[in-house]
Amino acid sequence: MNKKQKKMLIRIIAAAVLMILFSLLPLGGYVKFGLFMIPYLVIGYDILKKAVKGILNKQVFDENFLMAVATIGAIIFGDYKEGVAVMLFYQIGELFQSYAVGKSRRNISDLMDIRPDYANIEKDGKLEKVDPDEVEVGSIIVVQPGEKIPIDGRITEGNTTLNTSALTGESLPREAKEGDEVISGCINMTGVLKIQTSREFGESTVSKILELVENSSSRKSRSENFISRFARIYTPAVCYGAVALAVLPPLFRMLFMGLSPEWGDWIYRALTFLVISCPCALVISIPLSFFAGIGGASKEGVLVKGSNYLETLSQTKYVVFDKTGTMTRGVFEVNGVHHNVMPEEKLLEYAAYAESFSSHPISRSIQKAYGKEIDKSRVTDVQEISGNGVTALVDGTQVAAGNGKLMKHLGIEYQECHQVGTVVHLAVDGAYAGHILISDLLKPGAKDAIHELKKAGVTRTVMLTGDVKAVAEQVAEELGINEVYSELLPADKVSKVEELLQKKGDKDKLAFVGDGINDAPVLSRADIGIAMGALGSDAAIEAADIVLMDDDPRKIAKAIKISRKCIRIVYENIYFAIGVKILCLILGALGIANMWLAIFADVGVMVIAVLNAIRALFVKKL
Amino acid sequence: MKKTYKIDVDCANCANKMEEAAKKTPGVKDATVNFMALKMIVEFEDGREPGAVMQEVLKNCKKVEDDCEIFL
Repeated sequence: MNKKQKKMLIRIIAAAVLMILFSLLPLGGYVKFGLFMIPYLVIGYDILKKAVKGILNKQVFDENFLMAVATIGAIIFGDYKEGVAVMLFYQIGELFQSYAVGKSRRNISDLMDIRPDYANIEKDGKLEKVDPDEVEVGSIIVVQPGEKIPIDGRITEGNTTLNTSALTGESLPREAKEGDEVISGCINMTGVLKIQTSREFGESTVSKILELVENSSSRKSRSENFISRFARIYTPAVCYGAVALAVLPPLFRMLFMGLSPEWGDWIYRALTFLVISCPCALVISIPLSFFAGIGGASKEGVLVKGSNYLETLSQTKYVVFDKTGTMTRGVFEVNGVHHNVMPEEKLLEYAAYAESFSSHPISRSIQKAYGKEIDKSRVTDVQEISGNGVTALVDGTQVAAGNGKLMKHLGIEYQECHQVGTVVHLAVDGAYAGHILISDLLKPGAKDAIHELKKAGVTRTVMLTGDVKAVAEQVAEELGINEVYSELLPADKVSKVEELLQKKGDKDKLAFVGDGINDAPVLSRADIGIAMGALGSDAAIEAADIVLMDDDPRKIAKAIKISRKCIRIVYENIYFAIGVKILCLILGALGIANMWLAIFADVGVMVIAVLNAIRALFVKKL
Repeated sequence: MKKTYKIDVDCANCANKMEEAAKKTPGVKDATVNFMALKMIVEFEDGREPGAVMQEVLKNCKKVEDDCEIFL
């Protein structure tokens, strides 16, 4: 609690004690009035002051005015206790609200606690802490174990394990060594690093992310705008309603029914009306729900650029994917060894050695799959046959590695591979020894991701790719994607998405998921653009509405679930708060609801709505 | 030109009122108050001096909500 809140707490306790004490005493007349004025002023002096100022500034219909009128009215009627109690509960509600909001504000900023406070610069053999803002591009900074990397750059000395969980929500540590690019916001866990900075602090990943998160709740959703408009109409409407309730029925009774007007009763009902009328519960809980939802999502490594996007995401029925880099890793790897006459490792060893002088991506992927140091002195007589492959002597054994043409050229019978990808056939000592299949591997979790999406209510999944048909169809089938369009140029992707946008219903939204680098036009054309693996990519952060910090496609379904939960809470609060208020207004007008019920309708509803809103922060188990 | 200012205000409805007041101030093209982050983002009309405009914004905000602050 801050100072303001503590002071309010003391005022609340003092006023409550005095109020209870005085109601137990057998008092009457002016003494009672005088004594009850003490707790009333203790608890309500600032409200009265604000109400007067409001009137002077021509801002009549605000909560302070409503509370002042309602409580003064109650006091004029001799209901001193109710007058004090209404003010007391109003203040308790305000205190609770400010406490809850402050608490969730801190919670959420703790989640995004990635802002580095300093950078270490080595000067005359000593480390000096400087403001990261002052570090120039190309400077060498030192990051010790346990410290955050303050600025993006390249490691010039040292290797370590990095904890990226604050950025990605992924708890698996990442290895980094000399020459690797590292991004700010990661925590250096094990070794001392020297990093040459490649950007200014203001341009570094960590600054960009913080800016994005801090501005996110500024883009307001339709629900939030609805509430603002609602509050603007609702408060004056209820006030005029209260005036009408106080004046019209008594006049009607007097003039047309010949009954006594009962002014007191009707004015009391009008005051009850005023207490119920405060729109706080709505006005606070809706933005709070969105704020908590965005905070919860960022804890999971899903950055949402605004409440409006969270709203749109919750209505997503179509998800369109890019293939390479989104559902697949975008790098070539050995996917399998088939028809091998010798152990897999042996075959890979021959292939790796035969290809050891080539730096072609295919050769590199074979060398990587072999995984051991290559002793180049074991390889002699290397002959590259351009476009076909290579022949070489490995430990004196004749090895040929290449495509089908090479095998034909050498007159060796070979087996076609029935899977899609690049195939390297191998012949050892002139006899066919099997082939190695190299392809772009699916990301782990890609299949689960599609499954999860379908479970989350996405009706159509579509894959767009520039890749050849055979590969695209195989990937789509393996993943369980409904539709696939292949051999598309970037411009074709845009027109395909536009086509899909036209076909779908108005209420269904289309999300496009891409890796953000070459998909920018599509990302901005779709109802909602989701960029994957955006760590360190400015283009993606710029173009997308939602940014997935790591490469995990399962996060798409998670993001949709988070948005659904958040929107559900928003609607719960809207219906609940408006419902209870209208009910209490009707009861108040009929004279059934008294001041106490009115206080519940105001403060009670707000407390419940705020507590409900905070639930949006908990997204771990979704 | 857009600028972000830190603000202090207690209730969400008051933040909405500040936003309204800021939007109506001459020289302000658009204004957004982010109650959760306690920030006000003001977009100024071309050729207006932000410092002077912000003084007016503060004055107007004080009118609608006495208990608010904009840290200029």
